[in-house]
Amino acid sequence: MIAIIDYGVGNLFSLSSSLKSIGQDAVVTGDEKVIRSADKVILPGVGAFGDAANKLRATGLDRTVVGLAKEGRPLLGICLGMQLLLGGSDEFGAHRGLGLINGEARYIGGAIEKGLKIPHMGWNALHFTKACPIFKYINEGEYVYFVHSYHGEGCFDDVAATVEYGGTLTAAVSRSNVFGCQFHPEKSGDAGLRILKAFCELKENELC
Amino acid sequence: MITKRIIPCLDVRDGRVVKGVNFASLRDVSSPVTLAEYYSSCGADELVFYDITASSDGRKLFTDILRETAERVFIPLTVGGGINTVGDFDRVLKCGADKVSVNSGAIRDPDLISRAADKYGSQCVVISCDAKRVDGVFRVFAKGGREDTGLEAVSWIKRCVDNGAGEVVLNSIDTDGVKKGFDLEMLDAVSREVDVPVIASGGAGNIEDFITLFKTLPRVDAGLAASIFHFGEVDIRELKREMQKNGIPARI
Repeated sequence: MIAIIDYGVGNLFSLSSSLKSIGQDAVVTGDEKVIRSADKVILPGVGAFGDAANKLRATGLDRTVVGLAKEGRPLLGICLGMQLLLGGSDEFGAHRGLGLINGEARYIGGAIEKGLKIPHMGWNALHFTKACPIFKYINEGEYVYFVHSYHGEGCFDDVAATVEYGGTLTAAVSRSNVFGCQFHPEKSGDAGLRILKAFCELKENELC
Repeated sequence: MITKRIIPCLDVRDGRVVKGVNFASLRDVSSPVTLAEYYSSCGADELVFYDITASSDGRKLFTDILRETAERVFIPLTVGGGINTVGDFDRVLKCGADKVSVNSGAIRDPDLISRAADKYGSQCVVISCDAKRVDGVFRVFAKGGREDTGLEAVSWIKRCVDNGAGEVVLNSIDTDGVKKGFDLEMLDAVSREVDVPVIASGGAGNIEDFITLFKTLPRVDAGLAASIFHFGEVDIRELKREMQKNGIPARI
């Protein structure tokens, strides 16, 4: 069973539908026991970092997620959920993240050419920076769907894929059993479904 | 490099697609779900569902159809038509819409955009504007293009973006249905004034019209059309191959 963590941030209908469409038993839940019993855990998120981080802490599920990640349970953060895996963010003030992945979420304005529209919204190509098992069914240069104004900086070896938008932005991160996608696999058509399928199929000997 | 988006628009009344559609490969071409799956498999980058239902029964059918589509189609879905309150945003977002477009609702109540953007974020608020030349000025029309509001289109759209709209759909009534190309003059006037994505609508008749649009106006992000896709006059796969040949980034 795949647990999609519900901590009151965003709409999880498409994500749970996309997992069901590839034959996965997906449960949207904020119940710690259910999350602990899942084979794999997905941390979604939209909106502002501080608000989401506070909501996650208010439910106490931040400790659950960090605990499971440290035990080796495969974890996938999506969009803001990916940014929450980092050390923190400076979006509307300084906020602390879960610290599972190197780096901080920073406004993309400093990383891209002037005059480009922000958010970076639309379909853009993935470029791999290391071998990562969640991309085993994806080719270099396949397109996925992005909507974001912040991205991971200082992620170093934890960067798994980048995207070009008048500069190089972090598109995906990974470290051992913890993975993150800045883009929305549940809105990225067939390519996105193949990424979710690879995550759902992860075995212990396949970690990054 | 971010790609230029190609967006088919489906008008839905009482849960069925209106405007005849003609695909030999599809059995039920008036099912929005079937058509959405078909377009997604052809490489459509996004879909717009426009609810032209008048009755509340029809509205219920629309949200059922939307939910069913979102269970099976995994590309961004924008919903428009009958969006007048934040409650309407809530209704369609819960059924799987990613973005919500407002038109007459924002003209009646300009604060609707800021309230919706505060609650759901700018990325899911789209201002859709029907505009037409009146005495040499681009004017905003309401109620499906029937009513002249007296508002000037560029300043109206700028105001909506300042209030939190994260994307603009500009439909030119002057070129809509004529199939002689997009309204480049009107699109240029709007796209140089806003820094959010602009989607061109109205006037596409063939592949060349999309190529001309993206080559002439690099600040336009997407092209939207309905009947030319529904009638198979433009095949999305072929359109995207031609875009790539012409150096326009396209997702294939």
